[in-house]
Amino acid sequence: MTTTVYVPADASARSVGADAVAAALAARPGVTVIRNGSRGMMWLEPLVEVVTPQGRIAYGPVTVDDLPQLLAAGMLGGGTHALRHGVVESLPYYARQERLTFARVGLIDPTSVADYEAKGGGVGLRNALAMAPAEIVAAVLESGLRGRGGAAFPTGIKWKTVLDTPSSQKYVVCNADEGDSGTFSDRMLMEGDPFTLVEGMTIAGLAVGATQGYIYLRSEYPDAAAVLRRAIAVARDAGWLGDDILGSGRRFELELRMGAGSYVCGEETALLESLEGKRGQVRYRPPVPAKQGLFGRPTALNNVVTLASVTTVLAKGAAFYRDFGAGRSRGTLAFQLAGNLARGGLVERAFGVTLRELLYDYGGGSASGRPLRAVQVGGPLGAYIPERDFDLPLDYEAFAAKGAIVGHGGIVAFDDTVDMAQMARYAFEFCAIESCGKCTPCRIGATRGVEVLDRLLAREQPARQLAVLHDLCDTMEHASLCAMGGMTPYPVRSALQHFPGDFGLEQAAPGPSRRP
Amino acid sequence: MSPAMSGAVQAAIAAHRDRPGALLPMLHDILAALGHVPRACVPALADALNLSRAEVLGVMSFYHDFREHPPGRHVVKLCRAEACKSMGADALAERTRARLGIDFGQTRSDGAATLEPVYCLGNCACAPALTIDGRLHGRVTPTRLDALLDELDGDSR
Repeated sequence: MTTTVYVPADASARSVGADAVAAALAARPGVTVIRNGSRGMMWLEPLVEVVTPQGRIAYGPVTVDDLPQLLAAGMLGGGTHALRHGVVESLPYYARQERLTFARVGLIDPTSVADYEAKGGGVGLRNALAMAPAEIVAAVLESGLRGRGGAAFPTGIKWKTVLDTPSSQKYVVCNADEGDSGTFSDRMLMEGDPFTLVEGMTIAGLAVGATQGYIYLRSEYPDAAAVLRRAIAVARDAGWLGDDILGSGRRFELELRMGAGSYVCGEETALLESLEGKRGQVRYRPPVPAKQGLFGRPTALNNVVTLASVTTVLAKGAAFYRDFGAGRSRGTLAFQLAGNLARGGLVERAFGVTLRELLYDYGGGSASGRPLRAVQVGGPLGAYIPERDFDLPLDYEAFAAKGAIVGHGGIVAFDDTVDMAQMARYAFEFCAIESCGKCTPCRIGATRGVEVLDRLLAREQPARQLAVLHDLCDTMEHASLCAMGGMTPYPVRSALQHFPGDFGLEQAAPGPSRRP
Repeated sequence: MSPAMSGAVQAAIAAHRDRPGALLPMLHDILAALGHVPRACVPALADALNLSRAEVLGVMSFYHDFREHPPGRHVVKLCRAEACKSMGADALAERTRARLGIDFGQTRSDGAATLEPVYCLGNCACAPALTIDGRLHGRVTPTRLDALLDELDGDSR
């Protein structure tokens, strides 16, 4: 009798020793190791799951050094041990999620077609193959799905524009350039359930009339690249891609392209320039990519999670998806709890959940044990949110009303030792490093921002520096070509507004004392 | 160009010349083969793609990955972004600088190591993170950092 054990091959799990654990377990007679994606409970990685009659019993975090003791405790039969957490689905962190897009991630062997289909994969594509393009677009519009990459533009409207723009060649491009600090949901999905992306892109191709798709993946994700390469090859062999998708006579091809270390290439027009083999500089708009995108052709350009979410819409219906959420934020978002949190990881929930719930009920508060002071939501261009606003519901409109963004759903927590003036300075510094250089407000403004902040922090005519700083932020916000320059003022202004004491401007609001 | 260099460039051109937007795939192949993208390969790429040399050089220099000079025997990339900062990445950076005796963007004079910044490795829930020769490490404490750098020392001939 053999025992089946799951050990994630997710990059995060590997970064804390999963490969060695998998190898040690695989070396034991009677043990079959499956390398799955991550369940998203990153503080428990490497999370080993043992298949037993009672279900998949989780142990974690498991290191090679723990294994002798775990095996002696009967881990392979689900035995009791301090690192045993029980069945994954019964753990509150996992059980209280609404997993639609990430339903299979961590559960299956990522490149097994049989696993994929056994867990509901492919239903959306089969439904789409029986629909007219306009019907697919209508379903996506009806679902209320908005771009999960950050800009939150309605996906159905984008697709309708591509469908309605005549051209002999159209493209589907997946933006897999997940460069925001605090975000890793695209990576987890690509590594843990790549066929969902393949299926979503194929559905997009059917919807808009495109026969060629490109995934533009950042080079910082070599594990995702390896899984995607394999998944595309397996999908082609299985008839999911190629000239005759699942015997339908319809055609869709997919190619993986790598970025080369450039944050701004996550901006959609810069990404297209890069795919065309050029410098990743932002394009003037209009025309929008939906009308003139890759190589000047109509292009449906969406983020990884957006495309993956479409499979659920087509499999279960627009109404099913739309019924999750709040206000005009429909469906679910894969929130990423990162930074200084005791229980960092991925939490897929419908919109409307509060920051406080995510940070404390799921995240367990800070990892350091000190009070949380601020969180940055939506990546390096997102605003810093102080503790008093943690009851804000995660909803695009509610955040916009506060001058903040939900973005890609990344949440980075900081404890009370953070120096917010230094974080504001870093925002400018990062913009200066990564600016594509095409527009002056971003290219020059970011460098000037660092200088002005340095003078402010050195107490050189602070009132004057502050006036220049606000002026600079206005110019960058209103005159930059894209969000890189246009939104760098968000973290800067929010840090200034909520934490003036860190800038030496006035007495900080009463709060926990800060470490010197 | 050395024979190795020339071989890598010709192989990259042959592999991708009929592909739309071929320049980045070519540069990636050259980088993988040589560990850097020497300026000497610009004319051949420009000819193959019917681009000006300035255009090819412009693309090479735009992307952080396409380093023009060979790196040290080991490449250490430390994440400098927010999630890692919230877990002590700045102190880790100071420690790495001191241990290696070089700043970011530099290669040690003995060729043992190159230190580079990176802005997010997607390991933000296991911060702070770094890579050594492409291998990702998470939850890097000062003690773990020292152990990892010790391994490099032992290997630096």
